[in-house]
Amino acid sequence: MWKFIHKLASPPHFYRFSAKIIPWFAGVGSILVIYGTYAGLFLAPSDYQQGDAFRIIYVHVPAAYLSMMAYSIMAVSAAIGLIWRIKLSHAVAAAAAPLGAWFTFLALVTGSVWGKPMWGTWWEWGDPRLTSELLMLFLYIGYMALRAAIDDTVKADKASAVLALVGAVNVPIIHFSVEWWSSLHQGPTIIREGGPAMPVEMLYPLLAMILGFTFIFGALLLGRVRTEVLFRERRARWVRELVLTGAGPG
Amino acid sequence: MKPRQQRMLAVGLAVAGIAIATMLTLQAFKENMMFFVEISEVSQGNYPEDRNFRVGGLVVEGSVKRQTGKLDVAFDLTDLNNKLTVNYAGILPDLFREGQGIIAHGRLNDSGVFVADEVLAKHDENYMPPEVAESLAKAAAAQEAAMQAEQPAQ
Repeated sequence: MWKFIHKLASPPHFYRFSAKIIPWFAGVGSILVIYGTYAGLFLAPSDYQQGDAFRIIYVHVPAAYLSMMAYSIMAVSAAIGLIWRIKLSHAVAAAAAPLGAWFTFLALVTGSVWGKPMWGTWWEWGDPRLTSELLMLFLYIGYMALRAAIDDTVKADKASAVLALVGAVNVPIIHFSVEWWSSLHQGPTIIREGGPAMPVEMLYPLLAMILGFTFIFGALLLGRVRTEVLFRERRARWVRELVLTGAGPG
Repeated sequence: MKPRQQRMLAVGLAVAGIAIATMLTLQAFKENMMFFVEISEVSQGNYPEDRNFRVGGLVVEGSVKRQTGKLDVAFDLTDLNNKLTVNYAGILPDLFREGQGIIAHGRLNDSGVFVADEVLAKHDENYMPPEVAESLAKAAAAQEAAMQAEQPAQ
């Protein structure tokens, strides 16, 4: 097990290994998202209060969950990179940031579009869930701006890793905000005491979407890490061989 | 200590320090972090008097009074212990209905009526098809009728 992880952390091995699993991730993810979209739009019944407007949940919840998941991956990778000085993990952190930012944006926009007809407002300042999620978008943007501002990769890795770790405190705040404070945003539906507050016809498409989004996120992340690794290792011999022969690893 | 362990300690301490600092800050601003004030708190006088604030509660069944030809609406809010009358002139959100949780933004006037300038509907975490909601309501009504039928016999 440890040997496998050690081997994987070496850039050429990662490059070869990731090429094999990306198609699987993308394939499984696409099937799940296609099923989830169809079932969510046509098979799931409409809600007793929200009517068909509730169906935005099939995009909103996966996006919001992945926005936090991406930040967690970014912060953990940054910490591993700082402590063990593993080059690949800094590359993972750098590659996760734009994806996480887009998922955060998607969660905010879908939430806002739903909030106008249901709550009666696009946006409410002071709502802890909304505000902490927006703060995370700014943290992602700040992280990317900081990376872009430092030319030296090693220095950029270190400085941005510290920022990622400081911002990590926001992730549990987003998650628990609806339980700690009174909030306009509703509490958790799926993971709660007494089981999901949703019938299975609505729940299964949602779970398929969450899993499908996760696989597609995995494929996108691995793809981004590959380009990040190629750029970082541009002076390494294996990359030169790859480019010259066109038949290197991968 | 090896350099790697030193770095581990530094990262661990930094993250723990930030977490504790954030926790203390949030604790200190606990009141301000609340999106709305409970009705019982308002009844006890625990509300900001010099500025607008939000109250949250359930709309009491049968309490919604509309004025014909106007947008003015008056209704009672409850947290099942205390009541508060709210006046509002404006468009109510789709989810506004009797028994629904809502949040009103405004301030309390001298006669103890909450004058709102914004009313938001709060959605809960329950999702179900209309037929299920209907049968649940029927079952609840039947149970209530059964209980009322039992009472005179005792």
